Amino acid sequence: MSVQIPVRRTTERQVSSPYQRRMYMRRRLTSMFHMTMAHLVTALGIAMLAWILWSLFGEGLSAVSLKLFTEMTPPPGSDGGLLNAIVGSLMMVGIATVLGIPIGLLVGTYLAEYGRYAKISAVVRFINDILLSAPSILIGLFVYELVVVPMGHFSGYAGAIALAVIALPVVVRTSEDMLLLVPDSLREAAAALGIPRWRVILQVSYRAAGPGLLTGALLAVARISGETAPLLFTSLNNQFWSANLNHPMANLPVVIFNFAMSPYEDWRALAWAGALLITLAVLGLTIAARILLAAKSRMKG
Amino acid sequence: MSVKQFRPGFDRGFHNLTFGLAMSVLVLLAAILAFLVVGSIPVLQNQGLSFFISSDWNPVTDVYGALPAIIQTLITAVIALVIGVPVSFGIAVFLTELSPGWIARPVGVAIELLAAIPSIIYGMWGLFVFAPTFGAALQRWTMANLAPIPVIGPLFASPPMGIGIFTASIILAIMIVPFITAMMRDVFTTVPAVLKESAYGLGCTRWEVIYRVVLPYCRAGTVGAVMLGLGRALGETMAVTFVIGNSHRLSASIMGPGATISSSIANEFVEADSPLHTSALVTLGLTLFVITFIVLAIARLFLLRLKKQAGH
Repeated sequence: MSVQIPVRRTTERQVSSPYQRRMYMRRRLTSMFHMTMAHLVTALGIAMLAWILWSLFGEGLSAVSLKLFTEMTPPPGSDGGLLNAIVGSLMMVGIATVLGIPIGLLVGTYLAEYGRYAKISAVVRFINDILLSAPSILIGLFVYELVVVPMGHFSGYAGAIALAVIALPVVVRTSEDMLLLVPDSLREAAAALGIPRWRVILQVSYRAAGPGLLTGALLAVARISGETAPLLFTSLNNQFWSANLNHPMANLPVVIFNFAMSPYEDWRALAWAGALLITLAVLGLTIAARILLAAKSRMKG
Repeated sequence: MSVKQFRPGFDRGFHNLTFGLAMSVLVLLAAILAFLVVGSIPVLQNQGLSFFISSDWNPVTDVYGALPAIIQTLITAVIALVIGVPVSFGIAVFLTELSPGWIARPVGVAIELLAAIPSIIYGMWGLFVFAPTFGAALQRWTMANLAPIPVIGPLFASPPMGIGIFTASIILAIMIVPFITAMMRDVFTTVPAVLKESAYGLGCTRWEVIYRVVLPYCRAGTVGAVMLGLGRALGETMAVTFVIGNSHRLSASIMGPGATISSSIANEFVEADSPLHTSALVTLGLTLFVITFIVLAIARLFLLRLKKQAGH
């Protein structure tokens, strides 16, 4: 790596030469220009977040009322809420969490504990990273072919499975990272006491990495709560109350999508309210995860 | 005695369980690929390679050409990168080199929150807030000032509706900026302070330190971050679907409406009645899978190199 650094000698004669002074001024101006740009783009980034939140609250807050949580999604032109969509989203995210997190945790356990130096682990890590950033709509297509086509209809199960597939790589990644942070001396101390490996993992590694593992789980839930694309052709949507996972199921993201794209004013207002709800939930989960992680690192000093 | 014999057995069981589930990750990716390949056989048998080079997408006559969607997917992602990467770089520089800790922390959190906002929110905001204000104003401006220019003019001609390929690219840029910024920041903080200090000691300006010391040191990580951002921009669905205008035509203008691979799938998949249409959309998905797989694989290889470099 060659690093070219212009040298500025500081003997009196050279600094005061007009050429040197011009060069120096030009370098300083270049630097100042770029640093000003860095400040400006940072301000731009913050402004974007503020603008998005501003419009979300501005448009969404007026549509938030108790009805949102007590009534079903309405036909166009009449009053209603988002109850079926909220419940559907909660159920599918819940099932996806129950499916995806334990599996992801165990895969992360293999990568960090049993198979830390195994060749196959490098492959699993690589593939997991690919899955982590793979377009979520492809997961939707996959689950459509895997579940919806054999079943013959859209269903809440299919939606939950799609979400679980998306949560899985997130959990694998975070749980491996968090387990690797646990000092090996703890594992060795436990092993020296004659404790079998599985109990070392369950009672030492998991316990030491506890807050970190929870952070990963929260981030995974945050990620799948807002996912829309994989639900479009798995759980589809349902205008009516249905807690039956074997049927098409209403869910917030798809309702927002359909209502926002519609020409009806009251549907659009509901879409904004739903968007506000989802954003608050996702940002709340993200902030909770951050606080948890900060508390953990403070505990360690 | 029996307990002693039980323990290794249980341990082996637990070991095998975690190993088996780890293998399921590989099976999962293989299964996704297999389902996409099987699903795309009908349209490829019917139309052959013309699927990829024809620009005629017509569900009514059951003829499918994917060229517009593929090209516009690449165009939106590249424009998003061209806008997003300098901005991400600027913010990362601000966070790591310019701001004191008490500013860097809240700004860093704000950027991370921007990354956590679901894409459907970006889409909705883009359609109802961004497109009617900024997007339309920009299109009116390019229509008046750039479109009359002879050779490149047609690139910018469009009705000022606000939505279109360029608007989608800007929304994509806003989405990938926090993502790339967060990774660049993490990479920039790995530069040893001694390196920077010695450059400052030689009389380098801030920009020279960043451009000639920090950036060369972080080359692999920066490229990896940009490629991950590209992968994200290529596959992003909801945000694009809202604002791109959904038109399967290969238009010369980057301001006009278009369709990406993912927006076509999101819009048409549920309504596709003919098996050939469904298969065409799955084939589009397979194409997207292959493109993003290559991009993400390159990104991971760069980041892997970074990890090795940090290890030594």
